[in-house]
Amino acid sequence: MSTITVTDSAAPAPARTARPEYKVTGRRVLRSEWAKLWSLRSTWITLGLGLLFLVAFGVIAAAHYKSQINSGERLRPDDATATALSLSVFGTNFAQLALGVLGVLVTAGEYSTGMIRSTLAAVPRRLPVLWSKAAVFGLVALVVSTIGVFIAFMITSGIVSGTPAALTISHSGVVRSLLGAGLYLGLVGVIGTALGALLRSVAGGISVLVASLMLIPGLISLLPTSWQDNISPYLPSNAGEAMFALTHDSTTLAPTAGLLVFLSWTVLALAGAAYRLLRTDA
Amino acid sequence: MIEAHQLTKRYGEKTAVDRLDFVVRPGTVTGFLGPNGAGKSTTMRMIVGLDAPSGGSVTVNGKHYAEHTAPLQEVGALLEAKSIHPGRSAFDHLMAQAYTHGIPRRRVEEVIELTGLQSVAKKRAGAFSLGMGQRLGIAAALLGDPATIMLDEPVNGLDPEGVLWIRNLLTGLAADGRTVFVSSHLMSEMALVADHLIVVGRGRLLADTTVQELVQQAGGDTVTVASDRSARLREVLAGPGVEITGEVGSEELHVTGLSARAIGLKAAEHGIPLFELSSRTVSLEQAFMDLTRDAVEYHATATVEAPGRAA
Repeated sequence: MSTITVTDSAAPAPARTARPEYKVTGRRVLRSEWAKLWSLRSTWITLGLGLLFLVAFGVIAAAHYKSQINSGERLRPDDATATALSLSVFGTNFAQLALGVLGVLVTAGEYSTGMIRSTLAAVPRRLPVLWSKAAVFGLVALVVSTIGVFIAFMITSGIVSGTPAALTISHSGVVRSLLGAGLYLGLVGVIGTALGALLRSVAGGISVLVASLMLIPGLISLLPTSWQDNISPYLPSNAGEAMFALTHDSTTLAPTAGLLVFLSWTVLALAGAAYRLLRTDA
Repeated sequence: MIEAHQLTKRYGEKTAVDRLDFVVRPGTVTGFLGPNGAGKSTTMRMIVGLDAPSGGSVTVNGKHYAEHTAPLQEVGALLEAKSIHPGRSAFDHLMAQAYTHGIPRRRVEEVIELTGLQSVAKKRAGAFSLGMGQRLGIAAALLGDPATIMLDEPVNGLDPEGVLWIRNLLTGLAADGRTVFVSSHLMSEMALVADHLIVVGRGRLLADTTVQELVQQAGGDTVTVASDRSARLREVLAGPGVEITGEVGSEELHVTGLSARAIGLKAAEHGIPLFELSSRTVSLEQAFMDLTRDAVEYHATATVEAPGRAA
């Protein structure tokens, strides 16, 4: 095999003016990350799980509520204030794990496999890779979760119709809340990709993700009450919850404020990831 | 064309690459030789911008690698065998690389065919044998039809057929006018493909030379000849480019610059009886070992490697 390409053997090196004009562009990096995402089986499985969690847990929560109502039991305090919306977004807790973990895999997975060397050799300016990964996966997570919560709400509101929790989609704030839940999960996906790129380790990324979304709120409860009230609403999980809660009180942020706080956390994680990506050897 | 200027890489206390100066020119195969841990891989990683130099600089075709608008078209690199995601098929891997540059699908199919991966292109790359993985790495390196090809230990783990394939590929690429830069810790392998040699040890440049020069530096090919009329023989053999050494009064002479055959003919012509006539070829392996002895000794007593980093 002494020739390199069919075209090149005809045109030897000195006259290589006829070489094709390739160029790296932002859109092409996006296209590449899109292709990378869908060419792995883990993407399909994890997204499927996320969708399943969203719908199944919402339906289970609604069925549970309905059976309590039917049997005439006294409702647990949590359930007493339940609405079709709060039941339908019950699955976000679980779906955020699936989507966040997949986000971590999108970036940290490249480090653990060695793929990052190929990726950065193709795009040595590096930052477009991070933006593209975050954008592609954030968008996919957003779309999947938005579809998921709407399906969950449709089924859930059907199950609990005629109970105190009944709500229709036309009720004020419902659509906003459902979109908020989708957006929250999309941003969790982005935070996952950022943490993966920041820590360059699948295990590390997942640990920090779980800690910041699920463990820290519990730890905060150990602080003096006055501190709790000041800190608690700004934690990623609580700010995120404010994005899709139907009702808000003095201890929670308004939806827009919640979105802004959660966006700030996302930007912070991305900034950390960008810094490490540029500063550290791959 | 790769140009390194005072290229340096330090990891804490350890200096992996120490003020390297070299130029890799187009049209020839340049071997990058050194014992394990000499800094070859680190140097190659710096060339494609994966590692940032602690000092000095390295450019490819006049610019830093990251400044090119189409980096894969400038340098195609095979770094470590595993620069892939094992869950992705060979075709999808190459396609993802191609998308970043707008390289057409046709070219992806071309390099798959060129590297003989047709039958496994749709299989998960994680299931590939070492040789197949190496071929996939080379396919990725050739994808952008690059002017410079850089391969880190390409024959590692290949069967004889694969080794021969790489050898032909490299000489073909160089004949095409491309810059070919290949690292190895095996002198014997390099001697077969490389015209030019850059030898490093402990991160330092030990030699920037040709295969021929290296042989000459190591003493060249000498012929030992013995005769009772050695003084007369000296006169007969003397000429431009011929060097004769031997102790006074000894029957034995060491001649460089003449073949054993030529010496025999001249001796016969002048009626000088010869008792011994033998040629000694300097082994490249020996020349290489002599050059890198210090570097190897250093590594026999120390185990300094940044974790997870092949130097």
